[in-house]
Amino acid sequence: MKNRLLWPLLALVALLLLNLAVTPSFFALRMQDGHLYGGLVDVLKNGAPTLLIALGMTLVIATRGIDLSVGAVAAIAGAVTCVHIGTSGSAATAFAGMAIALVLCAALGLWNGFLVAGLGIQPIIATLVLMTAGRGVAMLVTEGQIVTVNNTAYRQVGAGFVVLPVSILIALLVLGLVAFVTRKTALGMLIEAVGVNPEASRLAGVRSRTIIWTVYVFAAVCAGIAGLMISSNVSAADANNAGLWIEMDAILAVVIGGTSLAGGRYSLTGTLLGALIIQTLTTTVYTIGVAPEVTLVFKAVVVIAVCLLQAPKARAALSFRKVAVSS
Amino acid sequence: MTTLTQRVPSRFLPVLATVVLFVLAFGFGSARYDGFASGQVIANLFIDNAFLIVLAAGMTFVILSGGIDLSVGSVVALSTMVTASGLQAGWPVPLVVLAVLLTGSTLGLLMGLVIHHFDIQPFIVTLAGMFLARGLCFLISVESVSIKDKTFRNVATAAIELPGGVTITYNVVIALLVVAAAMYVLHRTRFGRTVYAVGGSESSALLMGLPTTRVKVGVYVISGLCSSLAGLLFSLYMLSGYGLHAVGMELDAIAAVVIGGTLLAGGVGYVLGGLVGVLVLGTIQTLISFQGTLSSWWTKIVIGVLLLVFIAVQRTMVRR
Repeated sequence: MKNRLLWPLLALVALLLLNLAVTPSFFALRMQDGHLYGGLVDVLKNGAPTLLIALGMTLVIATRGIDLSVGAVAAIAGAVTCVHIGTSGSAATAFAGMAIALVLCAALGLWNGFLVAGLGIQPIIATLVLMTAGRGVAMLVTEGQIVTVNNTAYRQVGAGFVVLPVSILIALLVLGLVAFVTRKTALGMLIEAVGVNPEASRLAGVRSRTIIWTVYVFAAVCAGIAGLMISSNVSAADANNAGLWIEMDAILAVVIGGTSLAGGRYSLTGTLLGALIIQTLTTTVYTIGVAPEVTLVFKAVVVIAVCLLQAPKARAALSFRKVAVSS
Repeated sequence: MTTLTQRVPSRFLPVLATVVLFVLAFGFGSARYDGFASGQVIANLFIDNAFLIVLAAGMTFVILSGGIDLSVGSVVALSTMVTASGLQAGWPVPLVVLAVLLTGSTLGLLMGLVIHHFDIQPFIVTLAGMFLARGLCFLISVESVSIKDKTFRNVATAAIELPGGVTITYNVVIALLVVAAAMYVLHRTRFGRTVYAVGGSESSALLMGLPTTRVKVGVYVISGLCSSLAGLLFSLYMLSGYGLHAVGMELDAIAAVVIGGTLLAGGVGYVLGGLVGVLVLGTIQTLISFQGTLSSWWTKIVIGVLLLVFIAVQRTMVRR
């Protein structure tokens, strides 16, 4: 366990030190009007949506699945809430809108789960459907416009503060909940069992299908919350660009964190590290003054490096499995 | 003859279904809108989607071998960028073309080598390739670069007259040549047969002594080559290079291949299916633009629904 997290941790520390070298005040934290500000808080705040989506993705990937539709789901969540709020400024409307959006996201998750567990379609393809159609649906909801809202209650989700930014608190709360529910009960083990072999775990009495449905619903709800954060942060819903490529970032975070795409084992701490690495990388690129678009090159290099570091183990595991089958 | 007609449907059923869908969609358009059923509308399907046809041909190889290539859209963007900036720097056209094709194939080769030799999922490697290619575009320039080269512009705007007053561009000719070449390689060469074998069962192919390494790396080189060629066609079409060109085009290519009846699990499918798949996508777009009142995002929803239907049908066929 520690060994697996060593490389991501070192990478994160190296990135943070690089930031410190470029901007010496990077680690400085200051209180202002009861709000905490600083470089590290920024990293956490901007990384919160990615972390949330990555958490959902971790569980999906642990069942040997993948969810490509999270970005589109995030866009839908923002769109539905903003359209519901409209010109209203009341907190009740904001909460009703968010509730509707999250219920809708859960329904979209059920849909993904149905395609994967019910019809037995490969997860990458099943969720590709919603990834393609989802943005169209979001555009339909917003009628192709960028819907702006002016609602203080809604703004709290993405831009509010309770000492720390609210979005960080929400992300950490979900992380804590997931860690508690999956690691303090048998659920985590069952998820891993489904990832190793759905058929065998079904025969052993695990409700494979129910578990697969659950993880896709959870991933979609996480994506919904992240979508609310993204849209609330700018007080607008942009069906085209909200959460664009965030599914890729989330998958990267999960992979960097040492969760195998082949399923069967996952690490929530790893995902947290992975999400932080990705966000720190983005921040670093900004602070050292490279064009922000070039972040993609660095991301590519990090992914390849991390994958190559993990590869010999994957090979060993694979050859072991082959031997076991042939004997 | 009877055995032939009995045997053909089971193998060609998915492709035939796509052809029927295309005919239905087109027939629907012709019945509803004046001027839909003209030769030029059909020609425009090819003109507007020439790059996608080339992409789908390359993607067919990868998917048949059981892999996936997410980097194609970004490689298209990178190719437009290399083309535009190369021409801007005053390189001769042949050199630019060579540089673009080399870039795409090299990227494909690298991804293929990593996928094969380190046993990392194609999904994640080509995802990295996608980021890398997009990032390289922005390294060249963050701005859009327009193409002013005369030779290039002449090729782009040249129209070929076909009988019946229909005109097509050189893009279409190149795209169809690529499809023909892909069909030859896939259906008539040893390499092509091995692609099917690897997609069907890699371990069986290996035990049969087939050169699986060459094929597994080769399909990504082919896909990279096709992507860069598609990028050249795209720069002819747009006459500019930009890092945000072709965002999400990899999904269109995958959708076209799947709608064309290729199984995503690998081993089953035809290059021609991808071509018909592209035509179906093009027809949907044309229908929606003829309709006028429907907004363009309906295209995405319809493509999603079609994708779903075809996957569900494939799924039931595989079960049987």
